[in-house]
Amino acid sequence: MQIHSREYPKRAREGGDVRASVTGATLSFDARRRAAFAGVAAEEWRVWAEGVKTHLLTHLDRYLEEAEARLEANGARVHWAGSQEDVHRILSAIIERRGARRAVKGKSMLSEELEVNELLEKRGVDVLETDLGEYILQLLEQPPSHIVGPAIHLSLDEIRRLYHETHGTELDATPDELAGVSRLILREAFLAADVGITGGNFLVAETGTVALIENEGNIRLTTSAPPVHVALVGIEKLLPRWSDLAVFLQLTARAATGQPVGNYVSMIHGPRTADDPDGPEEVHVVLVDNGRTDVLADPEAWEALRCVRCGACLNACPVYRQTGGHAYGAVYSGPIGSVLNPGLAGLHAAMPLPFASSLCGACEEACPVRIPIPELLLSWRRRAVEAGMDSRAKAGLLRAWTAVATRPGLYRAAGAMLHTLPEPVRRVPLPVVGGWREVRADPEPSPTSFRELWREGIE
Amino acid sequence: MSEQPTTASGPMPPARAPVRASLFVTCLGDHFYADAAASAVRLLRKLGVEVDFPEAQTCCGQPAFNAGRDAEARRMAAHTLEVFRESEYVVLPSGSCACMLRRFYAHLFHDDDLSGQAADLAGRTFELGEFLVRVLGVTKLGRGLEGRRIAYHHGCHALRELGIREEPLELLASAGAEVVPWEAAEECCGFGGLFSVSFPQVSAGMADRKLDTLAAAGEVDFLTSADCGCLLQLSSRMRKRRQDLAVRHLADVLWEAAGADS
Repeated sequence: MQIHSREYPKRAREGGDVRASVTGATLSFDARRRAAFAGVAAEEWRVWAEGVKTHLLTHLDRYLEEAEARLEANGARVHWAGSQEDVHRILSAIIERRGARRAVKGKSMLSEELEVNELLEKRGVDVLETDLGEYILQLLEQPPSHIVGPAIHLSLDEIRRLYHETHGTELDATPDELAGVSRLILREAFLAADVGITGGNFLVAETGTVALIENEGNIRLTTSAPPVHVALVGIEKLLPRWSDLAVFLQLTARAATGQPVGNYVSMIHGPRTADDPDGPEEVHVVLVDNGRTDVLADPEAWEALRCVRCGACLNACPVYRQTGGHAYGAVYSGPIGSVLNPGLAGLHAAMPLPFASSLCGACEEACPVRIPIPELLLSWRRRAVEAGMDSRAKAGLLRAWTAVATRPGLYRAAGAMLHTLPEPVRRVPLPVVGGWREVRADPEPSPTSFRELWREGIE
Repeated sequence: MSEQPTTASGPMPPARAPVRASLFVTCLGDHFYADAAASAVRLLRKLGVEVDFPEAQTCCGQPAFNAGRDAEARRMAAHTLEVFRESEYVVLPSGSCACMLRRFYAHLFHDDDLSGQAADLAGRTFELGEFLVRVLGVTKLGRGLEGRRIAYHHGCHALRELGIREEPLELLASAGAEVVPWEAAEECCGFGGLFSVSFPQVSAGMADRKLDTLAAAGEVDFLTSADCGCLLQLSSRMRKRRQDLAVRHLADVLWEAAGADS
């Protein structure tokens, strides 16, 4: 996984042009989530879901083996991939054996993390994204900016212009017309594809079932039309029991888009059998680690693995709303990205993402599996400080502040200066806090401190 | 003379022994909202609370805690534990600093000799509005806000960490004010301590969303909040944008609610 988070401060500065689109889309997602959970015992669902995922993660070895056994009994082939290189090797072998030239893909953040499109292109395979948002981004050569709504940073007019240039549609085409044009292209691709590649929202260990949630029907076609289906599944995506799936499908759809359940839910147990009229000849399930066991072994980071990739924390996040996902410079953006990326890609590569939060807690409140995101952000901040990755100026400022704040006499004297120093002296530019003045008027101190008022006597 | 403060079950009964509370004014309260902090003292006294002000108090340590500098945060927190060791209650005109004492000291001292002392302080610590409603049981201070249209900004720590949502609204409404609903009332203002200086554009954009949606909510007399940091952020951004709206600390407004002139 490539990560360019170092540019976050610069990109955040320039983030203004996507603000309107991202704000509109996330507020709408967020309102729908709230409405969808208002009708159910939301807190009980969340506590239960947290418990199931925590149990899964603390017994992962057992459930992985159970899932493998069930999948193989169902006729699927199971591959274990420790790293991105392993995934590339496994995919290359399938492509080569099948002589595959054309692939269709369902929307999958894991495939972005693993740079699957880059591999396929390198192997001379024509790959087409079939989720409408992902298809648009493929035309623009952009990565997704949101886990669920990959193209929410684009305005309708931008998409109209793109389709006008690439497909010759009118500049005032309706969204339905744009979707219609895309549908024609995608239908051809589904029928011609040699292999369909998807992620997996869940993998039920008890039954060996890969479950996929979507709204457009493209995943249904990606998994059923081509002769080969490859599902890339992160090892944290398992669920112990079939009955767990019934709740997680509803929980995830409500959290992601405010729907009681996705328009399409595909449950894949294995390849077509002799009795099936259609379906793929081969189903491959690739169980992907790619840094996840390191996160699992980390007592202060592992809870991020409960994530079901619903995007609710992005939609609730006022920081994300300002910049959209690209500013984060990583596949996983927003609050969950800021706690997941340091674990998956290393803290050094993910800096300064753990600091890019006001710690307002809206993410934790929205999370359907109760990941304590602010707490995890703080843990990464502590480690960044210990490793000397954070700004030296800030370190100096806080050391000086601590020296003052643990000496009441000095603290009083320093405080008094704020009210007695003449204005020009107070305005001397200071490191770190200079960022205040860039966008705001100077704060106006009270004429005298409260301390002084107290000494004079408060009537 | 305004009417007597009342509780949910009728007029406030005379306390058997006076409640004693120490004011933890906080850094920003001390230097930027001194008058509001003085109003908090007057209000508490009017409600029969014996108020003291331990002068050795400094900073709660949150700036260091949020920066991941626990060693420094622990030193400031240990100092604070000592300063308020004997206090019956500790009352703060700041939801965020109250949250630091109530919730985050437990993290700082979880494997430390001071964990018991931290838990003890957490149990005695309250944000001002919360203290009035939850500890003193006061739901009506007076009718001093009759006819006022007020916008209330919920500080994130007060709202999401301490669960303070209805208390300030109830105190404002029972004093005759109309609390004007507002799209982004519960969203972060973008302050976040050092976040505001590390990522100024993002922080200002967050403040702008608050302020734009507030402007769209119609005329209000003023904006108020229980958090000095949020007030400083919003008022400083407003002045930069030349948006003209009075910004007042909740303590000041509650004192007016109780009949500031009495």
